[in-house]
Amino acid sequence: MSQTILRVEGLSKVFPVSYSVVERVQGRPRRAVRALTEVNLEVRRGETLGIVGESGCGKSTLARCLVRLYDVDSGRIVYDGLEVSGLRGAALRQYNRRVQMVFQDPFSSLNPRMTVGQTLREAILVHRLRKPEQVPGRIRELLELVGLPADAENRLPHEFSGGQRQRIGIARALSVEPETLIADELVSALDVSVQAQVVNLLLKLQEQLHLTVLFVAHDLRLVRHLSHRVAVMYLGRIVELAETERLFTAPAHPYTQALLRAAPELDPSRKSVVEAVKGELPSPLNPPTGCPFHPRCPQAFERCSKEVPALLPRGPEGRWVACHLLEATP
Amino acid sequence: MSEPILKLNNLCTVFHTARGRFTAVDGVNLELFPGEVLGLVGESGSGKSVTLRSILRLVRPPGRVSGEVRWRGRNLLSLSEPQMRQVRGGEISMIFQEPMTALNPVLPVGEQIAETLREHTELSGNALRQRAIELLELVGIPSPKERLRDYPHQFSGGMRQRVMIAIALASNPKLLLADEPTTALDVTIQDQILKLLLRLKDTLGMSVILVTHDLGVVAQTCERVAVMYAGRIVEVAPAAELFAQPRHAYTLGLLNSVPGAGSTRRPLIPIPGAPPDLTALPPGCSFAPRCAFATDECTAQRPPLMDISGPESPAVRLTACIHHDALSAAGEVTR
Repeated sequence: MSQTILRVEGLSKVFPVSYSVVERVQGRPRRAVRALTEVNLEVRRGETLGIVGESGCGKSTLARCLVRLYDVDSGRIVYDGLEVSGLRGAALRQYNRRVQMVFQDPFSSLNPRMTVGQTLREAILVHRLRKPEQVPGRIRELLELVGLPADAENRLPHEFSGGQRQRIGIARALSVEPETLIADELVSALDVSVQAQVVNLLLKLQEQLHLTVLFVAHDLRLVRHLSHRVAVMYLGRIVELAETERLFTAPAHPYTQALLRAAPELDPSRKSVVEAVKGELPSPLNPPTGCPFHPRCPQAFERCSKEVPALLPRGPEGRWVACHLLEATP
Repeated sequence: MSEPILKLNNLCTVFHTARGRFTAVDGVNLELFPGEVLGLVGESGSGKSVTLRSILRLVRPPGRVSGEVRWRGRNLLSLSEPQMRQVRGGEISMIFQEPMTALNPVLPVGEQIAETLREHTELSGNALRQRAIELLELVGIPSPKERLRDYPHQFSGGMRQRVMIAIALASNPKLLLADEPTTALDVTIQDQILKLLLRLKDTLGMSVILVTHDLGVVAQTCERVAVMYAGRIVEVAPAAELFAQPRHAYTLGLLNSVPGAGSTRRPLIPIPGAPPDLTALPPGCSFAPRCAFATDECTAQRPPLMDISGPESPAVRLTACIHHDALSAAGEVTR
């Protein structure tokens, strides 16, 4: 269980913003969005690691870097002993077979002019996983696995509902027999009643196929339900990482605390009238100095605005927190 | 209990399209009392947003609204367009999900607030400007004086939503219709906006109808809840009672679909199937094909919205579920 399959070390990703002539003439520095800054992360074989955060925190960028949809600027990604960040060509394709991604919007991630069968066949044949004559059988197997009717094979994506389309996306990812699934906002676009169906499917598949899952989402309830461990991101950094129940019952980082307080509870008797946190997310174009959360943090002190807190182990139960407060009061 | 200020009687909104006849809102009866926050919940396509738009007659052709919208003694559906314009944005204001599309991108926000003030109040000149600043301050926009001249794109998503609320409040409305006002926002910002709305409701003495698909938002903000499914209201109850003991099979299914605390990695109890096609609704109860409690009785005829509030619970509870008794006996919310 505790064997590390994926290790991320000091991963950074910067997206340059267009550099206008005026800015160039005035000699202003080139601006850039710092999407990920020095992210360190370990994913264990067979676990579900939840990654939560608000929009712009870098969770989707992280997911895309891990499958090399984005090239990383600095840092390392090591998957099962393999250095991923420099892979090219056939080696990269081989890696992508082992680590697959499922996207949020199944409408834009499926080719609208290919039937479900064609989509699956293409994936299987590109990676030469089956002999051509075995492919139809494999397609039937996959459709059954994700709970789609057998006649789905000859239909186009638009003929399916949102939930079913998400099943197609999962079937496509599974068609290449991956070890790790990266699910970016897998069920965010779906209605609540259908969400539960897809969540159950994911739980079942993980058990059956011994998958490692990175579950990237903004919905705290879902992340809590699905994950063994959870990483909380804020403005391109991981601020806290812990076992799910520990994180949710005793959050250590002030941002995690605020995030959990802000999430509306399903119990009408537990209402509060005070805002969980004041202020808004700072722009990633111009992140604050020191701790990214300090301008909104009710407990910030002098050091927070000067020095970036490192993500350090806190306590014996594998909790990591990036906060100066915990250093001051151990 | 006091008299309702808004009453919907058999409200129907039908769209005639090339693909057939969509009944988006199908005979909705609903009452709203002064000073209350009523939640209107349902999944996409359940007709909650169209209901809200029908109240203000914002439904465009080919949509047609029929029935009655009783607002302070008048039927809004029979008013002339000039009369309706006095109500719309005057006595009744509305805020939308996407403030970027609801605000005019080429007009400074100060001007957009002034527009409403000119239309619905007597203010002009400096007094009008002062009132605009006051409104921005009221909704929590820092340095409001300077920001009057800014355009919507210069505001963040949360701030834009605050601007929209300021515009809606400019006319001192008695009723605020909020259509998924926080769905596009991050959870910490959502929290701020919802708390702001509740505070303003109290200080200004408004009633609010809040349309949302998020049960958590309902639990945290609404006093009473109406649940919609396939264009019909299927259950009405005080929020606390609805969450503790739903009396419609769909509400129960909805609550069971949401993961609760401490149920980590256990399978959820989803509602099988998908919401029905509005052009071809099943006979009888629209939820019957997905319902574990369904019997022949359910498909035989459409169950009416029944009053089931017992003598022990004075609050009005309505349900359109024939098996509401079986539900309360067998169907526990699994959380």
